[in-house]
Order: sequence, then structure tokens, then C-alpha cells
Amino acid sequence: MANQRILGLYPDPDKAAEAMNRLKHNGFPAEDLDIYTGSPFPEGTFGEHEPQHRLYVFPFAGAVIGFSLAMLVTIGTQISYPLITGGKPILSIPPMTIIAYEFTMLGAIIATVVGILFESRIPRRTLGVYDERITDGFIGIVVSCPAERGRAAEQSLRASGAVDIKTEA
Amino acid sequence: MYYRRTVSDAQINRELLDVVFRTPVWWVVIVSILGLLVAVFMSTFGLLMNQGLGLTGLNRPVFWGFLITNFIFWVGISHAGVMISAILRLSQAEWRRPMVRAAETMTVFSLMTALLMPVMHAGRPWRIFYWVFPYDFARGIWPDVRSPLVWDPTAIITYLTSSSLFVFTALIPDFAVIRDRATGWRKAIYGALAMNWRGTPQQWKLQGIAGILLSALILPVFVSVHSIVSWDFGVSLVPGWHVSVFAPYFVIGAVLSGVSAVLTLMILMRFLFKLQNYIWEEHIDALGRLLIVVAIGWHFLFWLDIVFALWTAESVETTYWQLRLLTPPWSWLFLLFYVFSFVIPTSLWLFRKVRRSFVWMFWISILVNIGMFLERLIIIVPPLMNKDAFTFQFGTYRPSIVELIIVGGTFALVAFLLLMFGKFFPLIPLWEEKEGQRLVETVKVGNVEVPAMIKE
Repeated sequence: MANQRILGLYPDPDKAAEAMNRLKHNGFPAEDLDIYTGSPFPEGTFGEHEPQHRLYVFPFAGAVIGFSLAMLVTIGTQISYPLITGGKPILSIPPMTIIAYEFTMLGAIIATVVGILFESRIPRRTLGVYDERITDGFIGIVVSCPAERGRAAEQSLRASGAVDIKTEA
Repeated sequence: MYYRRTVSDAQINRELLDVVFRTPVWWVVIVSILGLLVAVFMSTFGLLMNQGLGLTGLNRPVFWGFLITNFIFWVGISHAGVMISAILRLSQAEWRRPMVRAAETMTVFSLMTALLMPVMHAGRPWRIFYWVFPYDFARGIWPDVRSPLVWDPTAIITYLTSSSLFVFTALIPDFAVIRDRATGWRKAIYGALAMNWRGTPQQWKLQGIAGILLSALILPVFVSVHSIVSWDFGVSLVPGWHVSVFAPYFVIGAVLSGVSAVLTLMILMRFLFKLQNYIWEEHIDALGRLLIVVAIGWHFLFWLDIVFALWTAESVETTYWQLRLLTPPWSWLFLLFYVFSFVIPTSLWLFRKVRRSFVWMFWISILVNIGMFLERLIIIVPPLMNKDAFTFQFGTYRPSIVELIIVGGTFALVAFLLLMFGKFFPLIPLWEEKEGQRLVETVKVGNVEVPAMIKE
């Protein structure tokens, strides 16, 4: 049977935390619960599972790509037009270092931003079950469960003081 | 003390998005005037392209004038934006919250404006592409990476891209707030920009890491950019430019002018956007204290430049310094620059009452930047004036009306872009303000209640 997503809306963090505890107590695993808030809360406020990510890999990968591109551009252009100036070597290290530094940093920064988007799972095709009051300070608790457990989830959400419940099939 | 006033999330949304959803009359009037000035600026740019650099006051041997001065000036202004934002984020300074977005945005617009200056100065801007980008495979024409004129665009494009991405990343949660309040086509546009952001713990955690990680990555770029700009001068053989201390001297000068510009911007934002609940005396006081340290650091390097130049007692150096310090009009400009950017501000910033006065701080920050513009002019033009040793050709330089319009137009352009940005996006990060509000608590100690921050 298909899963459904149910959102319970809470006016304050205490009730939202209580809802999370109740849901877990009623057999809904932490991985199937999500929290939507309009601003960051300290980690663990709602007893959510710790977010995992691999963001730190991205800047390193970007830096390597940036550095390689810098080498390609600086070495390639100097070798393609080997004009000796003032008896200096064709491959001049100090200017290559400057350009390599900038390309490396640029690669790392672009890759970091790509990593942030990727690990945040955005852009998404649809917003899914959501309530606009969340960005006004309300807290949304989302339960992902099989349709036959939908009623139980809804009851748990209401019992913890949800001011509104929304369901997405 | 910080966070004296408690505001709810809904109130933060309402107050900080007021201009986004409602167009005030003052905004229309100021943007119209600035738009007109920008049109004059663009027309003058067109005229300059059509008629050539003969319209400027440049003449042999003074080949760099107001346009390059303006380039250095705006690159300098752009520096403090991301620098201050990055340092305050890395140090988790709570007073950063209302100022980071505006500072970062100013960086982006100042850099874009700065980039226009060498393009105009080139006379034939389309040829710049040959110097910068390795694309002309058919004719085998390549950029010369040994030239500082290639280092500059590399550094500035890196900084501009990084700063824009920095601003964009922190804007994503705020796009979602606007999306949730907008209707019609606006909802569609902000929805697309928000990329269906929902505010999950994972997304907030990454947003927090992004602030720290991008700050750590952008800070070295920030230092490199103005160092590379200073090497445009430093690697040349022109007396007065061939100075080893130029890189740190330029960087710290950029910080001085940039932080002053952030101060000007914060005070204008408070006044125009009615942000009294968010920008307080404590914020400008903190910036004032930071500026005292920066100004003294800058002053140290400024004197190093003079002392070591005169210590050598080489005739070319002494001639150049004689021109700078003792020959009008440079001597007058030098005096003005020194008084405006160091003597007046540093003396006044020592007083708490001055640091907490919006009026005083506004005018002092303007004075600093007038002084810093003059500083760049004095660094650039006098060393070029007595260049030709064999012909004894002493040049003079006087900016033409075209250059004056262009320089004036850049101020209008940056102000115009900032106001346009402020119309469509919040100038203070909503989510950062909300987070700051949540973490504040009042602790009672004896007879007083002390605001305290709760932080992991």
C-alpha cells in the first residue's frame, strides 16, 4: 500500500517535541518523522535523528578540479605561445601560483554551494505537504507512514496539541 | 545590550518584508532620481566608447587617472562586506545578524561597479576578452598569464562569483518566507528561487555549516583580491609603486573604507527602511571600535610606506614624495586625505557618545571614504607625473567632466542597485534574526536583569 504524509502544525516547540515523543512511542520510527521550521533550532530540540551529510567532500573535489583547470590554462597558454621575455623561463611559476590559487578557491566555493544544495535535497519537484504558517513561527511535524496507519498518526498528532492537520496522499 | 526587544517571528516577517510587499513613496522618488543619474552615467560611458579616451584628462605620461582610482576605491569598498560578514560568522559574534546581508550585498554591487572601470579605461572594451579569456583557438591568441592585467580579472571574477553565491545561499530560507506570503506571479518566482525549501533540520544544519564553511573559504580570497590589485602597482618599476608593503597596505586600507561604507549603509537602512528594532546604537558602537583598530593598523602601514621610501634617499623616491607632500595641489589633497581618513575619525571614535550617535557616525564614515578616494588618487597619479627621465617630461593630470560624471555615476549605480535589491529581498536575514531572538534570555543578577545568549 502507498505511503502517505501527514503534517501536524504546532504553535510552540514544546508541543512539537511532545508530538515527536508520542509518535515514536506509538511505533513510528524516527527516520519516518520530519520537522519543518521557519528558523533553525538547536540540534535535538525535537528529538529528531541526527542529520547526516557529506558536505566536506565537495570543497576538496572542487579545489582539485579548480587547480587542474588552472594548470591547464596557465601551462596551455604559455606553451601555445612560447614568447621568451627578458630571458625568463616560459613557464613562470609566480603568476601561475596566483592564478592557480584563485581557480582552486573558486572551484572549492562553487562545489561547496553545489554540495549544500545537493545535501539539502533542493531543488525539489514539489513542496509536498506543507503549511505557510511554518515561516511565521509554527512548527510542522511530518509523519510518513502506510495509509492504514494514517489514522493512528493523526491521532498522535492531535493528542499533542496540533492546531491543524494536513494530509498528502 | 543586545536584544533588548523581543519580537515574534511573525513580526520579524512583517517588519523586514514591509518594503518587499509595499512600495513606499520615498523608494519610488529616490530610485527614480538614481535611475536618471544611472542613465546619465551609462550615456557618458557610451560617449566615451564612441569618442575614445581623448575625452578623459589622461595624457602622457599620466595614463592612469580617475577611472583606475575609482576601480581601486570600489574594490576596496567591496572588501569589507564579505570580510566583516565572514569574520563575524566565524567568531559567532551575535551582533553580526542585522548587518551580514547588507554588507555581503554591498560587496557584490561594488565589485560589479569596480569591474566596469577597467572596461571603460581600456577604451575598446571588446578587446579585453582577448586579454582575459583563452578562447581564440582559431588565431592562437592567448592571454599572457604573466601580466597582472590577467591576475586582476581572475581574482575579481573569483571574488564576485563567491560573494554572489554566499549571498544567494543565505537567501534561500528567506525566499521561502516571501513565497509563503506572496501571491500570483510573485509566488511563482520566489517559489522557484526557494527551490521548495521546507526548513528541515538537515537543511538548517547545512545552512549553518554553509555560513561557516563559505566564510572560511572566502576570507583567503578576500585577502588575495586586494593584494593582487596592489600588485598591479607593486610589480611595476614605477617609483612610488614598487613597494613591498603594498599588499597588506591595500588590504587594510580596503577594510577601513569598506567597514566605513558598511556603517554608512547600516545607518541609511535604519533610517529609510525603518529598522529601529534591528539596528541599534550597540551595532554602530561595535563597528566604531573595530574601525579604531583597523585605522591604526592602516596608519602603521601608511607610515612604513613613507619611511622606507625616504630612508633610501634615492632621488626618484624623494622627488615623488616631494610632489606628494609639498607641491600643490597634491599637498592639499594629501592633507585632506590624512585628516579625513585618519585624524578626525580616529580621534572621534575614541568617544563612546560619538560611536553611539547615528548622525556623527554617518558623517564620519562619509569623511573616511572621501579621504580613502583621495588616498588612491595620490597613490596612482603623482608617481606617473615625472616618469620620463630623458625627456624631462612632467605631466599634469586634471580629471575631465566625463571622468567626474562617471565617478559620480558609480555612486548612483551602487545606491540604485542596493535599493532595488532592498525592494525585492530582505536586507536583514529573517532566519538569522529569528534564531537570535530565540536564543536570548534575561538573567537576573542582583538588582539588574542582564541579557544573555544561550548557545550550543
